[in-house]
Amino acid sequence: MAARKLAITGGRVIDPAQGIDRVADVLISDGKIESVTENSSGSAPAGYEQIDASGKIVSPGFVDLHTHLRDPGQEWKETIVTGTRAAAHGGFTTVCAMPNTDPVQDSAAVVTDVMRRAALAGTIRVLPIGSISVGQHGKQLAPMGELADAGVIGFSDDGHPVADPNLMRQALAYSVELGLPIINHAEDKKIGAGGVMSAGAVATRLGLAGVPAEAETVMVVRDLQLAELTRAHLHIPHISTMGSLVALRSAKERGVDVTAEVTPHHLTLNDEWVYGLKGEVPATVGSQAYDTNTKVNPPLRSRTDVDAVIEALSEGLIDIIATDHAPHATTDKVCTYNEAAHGINVLETAFSSVFQLVDAGKISVVRLIESLTAGPAAILRRDLGSLKKGFSADVAIIDPRRKWVVNPEQFESKSVNSPLAGVEFVGRVVTTIYQGETVFDLSGGAVGVNSGAKLGAKQ
Amino acid sequence: MANPTITVGNGNATEVIQTSGDKADANVTPRRHLLDLDDLSTKEITDLLDSAAGMLEITNRDVRKTPALRGKTIITMFFENSTRTRVSFEQAGKILGADVINVTASASSVSKGESLLNTVKTLQAMQIDALVVRHPHSGAPYFISNHTDASVVNAGDGTHAHPTQSLLDLFTVRTHVGDIAGKKIAIVGDVLYSRVARSDILAFQKMGAEVTVSCPNTLLPDEWQLGTTLDASTGFGGLKLARNVDDAVEGADVVMALRIQQERQDAGHLPSLREYSDRWGINAKRMALANDGALLMHPGPMNEGVEISSDVAHGAQSVVEEQVRNGVAVRMAVLYTLCAPGKSSRLSGGDEA
Repeated sequence: MAARKLAITGGRVIDPAQGIDRVADVLISDGKIESVTENSSGSAPAGYEQIDASGKIVSPGFVDLHTHLRDPGQEWKETIVTGTRAAAHGGFTTVCAMPNTDPVQDSAAVVTDVMRRAALAGTIRVLPIGSISVGQHGKQLAPMGELADAGVIGFSDDGHPVADPNLMRQALAYSVELGLPIINHAEDKKIGAGGVMSAGAVATRLGLAGVPAEAETVMVVRDLQLAELTRAHLHIPHISTMGSLVALRSAKERGVDVTAEVTPHHLTLNDEWVYGLKGEVPATVGSQAYDTNTKVNPPLRSRTDVDAVIEALSEGLIDIIATDHAPHATTDKVCTYNEAAHGINVLETAFSSVFQLVDAGKISVVRLIESLTAGPAAILRRDLGSLKKGFSADVAIIDPRRKWVVNPEQFESKSVNSPLAGVEFVGRVVTTIYQGETVFDLSGGAVGVNSGAKLGAKQ
Repeated sequence: MANPTITVGNGNATEVIQTSGDKADANVTPRRHLLDLDDLSTKEITDLLDSAAGMLEITNRDVRKTPALRGKTIITMFFENSTRTRVSFEQAGKILGADVINVTASASSVSKGESLLNTVKTLQAMQIDALVVRHPHSGAPYFISNHTDASVVNAGDGTHAHPTQSLLDLFTVRTHVGDIAGKKIAIVGDVLYSRVARSDILAFQKMGAEVTVSCPNTLLPDEWQLGTTLDASTGFGGLKLARNVDDAVEGADVVMALRIQQERQDAGHLPSLREYSDRWGINAKRMALANDGALLMHPGPMNEGVEISSDVAHGAQSVVEEQVRNGVAVRMAVLYTLCAPGKSSRLSGGDEA
């Protein structure tokens, strides 16, 4: 297997890390990138297996900085096996696993276990994130040095924002020596306590308690000030408000070491989706309303916020796209809106959903791919997200014209909690290569049918 | 569809009462649920009110019993404490001859044990005709309506809607003023958390009234600005947000005080109930600003001395007890409209919404 030589020929190769955007061949051997040719020869060199990518886009495999694999502890929602398969089906070759597992990834023992099992049974690369505080309780710092030695790529208490400003300050200060980012879910839980969706006309109409955008913004402002104080690297996950962007811009101009991510859903969906009509605003509240698959934290925001994050991603103020893939079991979603769990199943729809922004002329395809590859790799400071010689041969091949209809029942993910069920997309990842091996290939197949090869776990 | 007139026993006599269904267009799919008033046409609302007038007459008889819904099973499922609404529905169902079963459960115990979905499916398996639901979570009746063939009546969901309260409020006002169109309605109280406020605003606006609300700014949605009139994008277009209570009440034909709860003070929405009473409480002095003969309403239960003073609560302008009485008639009209024989073919499952 290690001797496989592969030539991906005739595709439009986009590798933003190298400034490459040309029709070329990508040559792979021994699981590493050998080269990206100057021109496409149209055929494979002798001894190379050929994948004809003409008419397609050849990108480095995507890197997701924000994934919930639910393993260990909630294996009925997702496992390392199903989550990494779902990732491969979405074009991802690296995912960073959030620490809100059970037990929490707050010790070398848990982190090592996740890495070991991922290496054994995962379809693609899993990099763990350690917690900031013991048990994500926000009281005492987790053994961050031990976690760093074990291989975590950053620290986060995920859905539990560090409320105590002094603990946040200490976490940031302590992380400097480790050279790893602090990723703090930015939300002041007291503003809009009890809220289940974004405050605004839709929440008012539906009688759902609203969380104002300011609940995020004030926390972003606090964290940026503390990052400036400590000269630490702050990474802001799933940024979603206009106010946060104003603060982010100002901090970046001051030279604060800050990066930010936005999710596919905050780029493409708004609070009107809670009406359950795929963004349409009905004259009357119908039985489709209170669509629990739209419940997510941060909540889906207003149209204005959505336009603002798209623009910020396009210009590079927001550095990257991360999925916040959050699988939940049916019982967590077939209930009232208040009872429903927060989170959207994203990995397998991520690229297609944001690719619609390219078609709409709101972002360039090169910038989009950068935000899924070179961008996250730069935050990780690892040799990933590019087709540079010697890098792991991780590749996503995209058919920009392929139509498909989202059917969560066909997800590789164990869960089906997507508000995009029934939505038609144009553009899809059709092949994913990890370390030179094909881990996903959507060969043939009718429109709307996910006929992707369900490749088993690597043994 | 045959004219759905019903035969009603009246002691030894038998009569035929006119119901909303008589005027229904034969092509219109029979209404299956009452979840809010937003999807009812003004005609549907008027028909329900007309039907309620007939029902009110039945409730005033010596023998308050008709066989109109004999053999029908209605379950009231209350996940929140309520005496008046539950009893009102129960009485409405019983007067119409239906078998009424009351289920009480707390939402928290349901979510910890049996899920709401399973509870509904279990009741569904017992071939019930209507589910009357009160639930602390907005949208719960919508959720339930997707998982049962029974008619679902929203008896109050979270902070979203309380359509039968609005119908009885419309009915009460109509009884006194005739045409609701053009009348000025002042609603004073906890708009942010009040399902009565939401449903009543929609209902009175739909019937052509001019609605003004007044409350502390902490009890308004953030996007609503005091002293303005809402535009259509809010879903409550035309609603006036008075700067203070006197502005709202002045010249009103109807003044409605809403219950203010201790939790609002505890959560920091209010300095104190005392200050609320002083600045927003409806009393004789404020009622004097309203039009002569203006009605004073309250959905109950009242905190006398807080949002409403005792003298006006029981004074000549108060129609609070009448609201309760009308509630039974309105709920009879609703249950009859949804459940009367020949309205749907639930057993064949042939009228999926």
